[in-house]
Amino acid sequence: MSSRTFVFLIPLVVIIGFWLMARRESKVSHDPTHKSYWERNGTVLGATFIGLVAFWALFLVTLPYLYMVVESFHPKLPPAQRGGPSDFLTIANYKSFFVSPSDGQYNDTHMKAFGYSILVSAGVTILNLCICYPLAYYMAQAGTAQKVRLLLLGLIVPYWVNEILRSFAVKLILASNGLLNTSMIKLGIIGPEGKIDFLLHNTGMWVGLSYANLLIMIFPLYNAIESLDKNQIEAARDLGAPWWKIHRDVVIPHAKPGIASGCTLVFMLAAGSLAAPLLLGGPRTLWFTQIVYDFFFQSFNWPRGSAYAFILLAACIAVVLGMLKLFKVKLGEAIR
Amino acid sequence: MAGLFFVWERKGPHPSLRATFSTQGGVEKGLHPNPVPSPAPLLEKVPEGRMRSLSRPTHLSHLQQKPIRVTITTKQNEAKADMSAGVELDGVTVRFGNFTAVNNANLDIKGGEFFSFLGPSGCGKTTILRTVSGFLDPSAGKVRIGGKDMAGIGPNKRPTALIFQNLALFPLMTVADNIAYGLRVRGVDKSTRLRKAGELLDLIALNGQGEKLVSELSGGQKQRVAIARALAVEPKVLLLDEPLSALDLKLRQHMRNELRAIQQRVGITFIYITHDQGEALTMSDRIAVMSDGVIEQVADGKAVYDQPSTAFVASFVGENNPFSGIVMKADKNEAVVETGFGKLRGRNPAQLKSGDRAILFVRPESFKLGKGGADASLQAPVVNVAFEGNMTHVFLKGAAKKNLTVTVGRHGGAKVPSQGENATISYDPALGLVLPEGKMARE
Repeated sequence: MSSRTFVFLIPLVVIIGFWLMARRESKVSHDPTHKSYWERNGTVLGATFIGLVAFWALFLVTLPYLYMVVESFHPKLPPAQRGGPSDFLTIANYKSFFVSPSDGQYNDTHMKAFGYSILVSAGVTILNLCICYPLAYYMAQAGTAQKVRLLLLGLIVPYWVNEILRSFAVKLILASNGLLNTSMIKLGIIGPEGKIDFLLHNTGMWVGLSYANLLIMIFPLYNAIESLDKNQIEAARDLGAPWWKIHRDVVIPHAKPGIASGCTLVFMLAAGSLAAPLLLGGPRTLWFTQIVYDFFFQSFNWPRGSAYAFILLAACIAVVLGMLKLFKVKLGEAIR
Repeated sequence: MAGLFFVWERKGPHPSLRATFSTQGGVEKGLHPNPVPSPAPLLEKVPEGRMRSLSRPTHLSHLQQKPIRVTITTKQNEAKADMSAGVELDGVTVRFGNFTAVNNANLDIKGGEFFSFLGPSGCGKTTILRTVSGFLDPSAGKVRIGGKDMAGIGPNKRPTALIFQNLALFPLMTVADNIAYGLRVRGVDKSTRLRKAGELLDLIALNGQGEKLVSELSGGQKQRVAIARALAVEPKVLLLDEPLSALDLKLRQHMRNELRAIQQRVGITFIYITHDQGEALTMSDRIAVMSDGVIEQVADGKAVYDQPSTAFVASFVGENNPFSGIVMKADKNEAVVETGFGKLRGRNPAQLKSGDRAILFVRPESFKLGKGGADASLQAPVVNVAFEGNMTHVFLKGAAKKNLTVTVGRHGGAKVPSQGENATISYDPALGLVLPEGKMARE
């Protein structure tokens, strides 16, 4: 049985699993008045529920990933040869990330792009934390309700604009002859020869990546800080703590799960983002998702593209788990 | 010997302790340069008789056991003045928009005093406390602590420590870290911090529990940790914002004694906020009764109870029977008021004149069953009788909506009337009090 067929058999197994669970439920309960799943819902409705849940969980969530996993362990073949003698399981796609299959050399380009993406994503995460923590603190503890509403509106409304459009807008501002450079020349901050090429230096990419994930950082932080009892801040202050010690000792420890979940989300999304690096990155910048994208849509090498995607996913999960461990936050707290 | 609770090894004992000793163990002990430290916890150290005396009924003369400063010498006074500071409010007004929370408060709280603000919720007492602690700035007027104007000095720079209503202990820190937090932010090194936390844990009878998390403690223990955390920074004024309100009744009564005992030992100024008159009367040296942002009366507990200066104080502190009416006849000692029960007499401290609208107040326990002197008796049908063991409350139909309450002790002599009877009651006119008509406390 080919590995692809095997993947498509999994739903059947899971559906049978659901059905057995529903059967078992009626036997386990000792309460005689307790109606079993099937008695409560009837056969048709019960089966429909199980079917719908299974469809959602499997076809829309699990199966695509599983199919990609399987695909990544196969060689790239034209459709006619699939399932034929040359279709065998291989780790060549994963290996090609480290060693280039064409010349046997280390695959510097891809590994560098990978490292660069991870580092920049981490940097964007830290940058976003630095921007969002004061904002979230202000919204949760310091600001009046009216000002907080205005601020929230100011944060949310720009997100009604599509990300691609926003990226182009940033590009317009940061371009060599863009708004920022021309106004700086007009104000005499820089001379006409001193134009800064923000796009070449990836400023645009940083701005785009940070801005795209701003709200995703703010809301977990806001939720965490908002649940802190104001009296604790005042108690620390009353005991003589200056503002930064209040944050160090009281607010940040309390908000740690929120900080962790915000950072996790932003890091994952930044590492996996495509539009901002593609549109705003400098000409020399290669973002790892661009490579994945190109394998799928330029060279139609889905197996290698999936292998790269899973390398990125594994790395991201490793980074996140490592950070959670380092800062002693449980995974359960971070995703709460 | 009464316990010694603060033993700062480096600096010697808390100076106020010497003063404490002078009242309890005699002057010689009080002046002893190196009192022997005692490690035993607080509760065991409070002598039995003392505990009893602190838990006496609310309206008895709780001031018989005078606080420390009565016998202190000049030398001790200096040491004491160092550790505690008086608080002056000079025309303090606090407004929030159009709402005036505190209106022109003038007070002089002495160093080492246990001072309470008593009033119903929303009367502005917490606002005063937050103004003293520095979380609020007065809209007008000045706050002085130890004679020093506090304008522009933030809460982290004032010699005060606040105990919050919900305690606001830091849940992510251990008990010892909580207590030592104030020292930590001041840059005190770790070994000193640990030692002081240990000493304070002894004081609050939680020795050896410093490594526990706050969540592992009971309500009363948390209460004591909050006190220790505040005392750790050696404040000159301790501010307490209804700290007992979250506890159950029994613990609350116990903690009253404990708070008073701690205050007497450390000798610093305590400013206590409460809506519970029992707490205010049992613990305080003086009480300020507040209503709607105005300080109605400042006096010791006995005076607040026996000589209330306004109708609000008379009706808020303790049970009282009001009889409103018009003054018929008055001299500088007595006034006769025409009430719904006819003419009734009482003292006239406000010097009301005939024709003034007035309220005569008579406490339930001031009534006797049976006929009394002229203009000091009245008759009303009995609505209900409630036997409470040591006393019996007899409720009579009042002139207005509210019933009259008469409290009869066990050995009152006369037979307690039963429901439906027409009872005759009387009082000593010296115990009746005629005050100008004014706002009354809500029931």
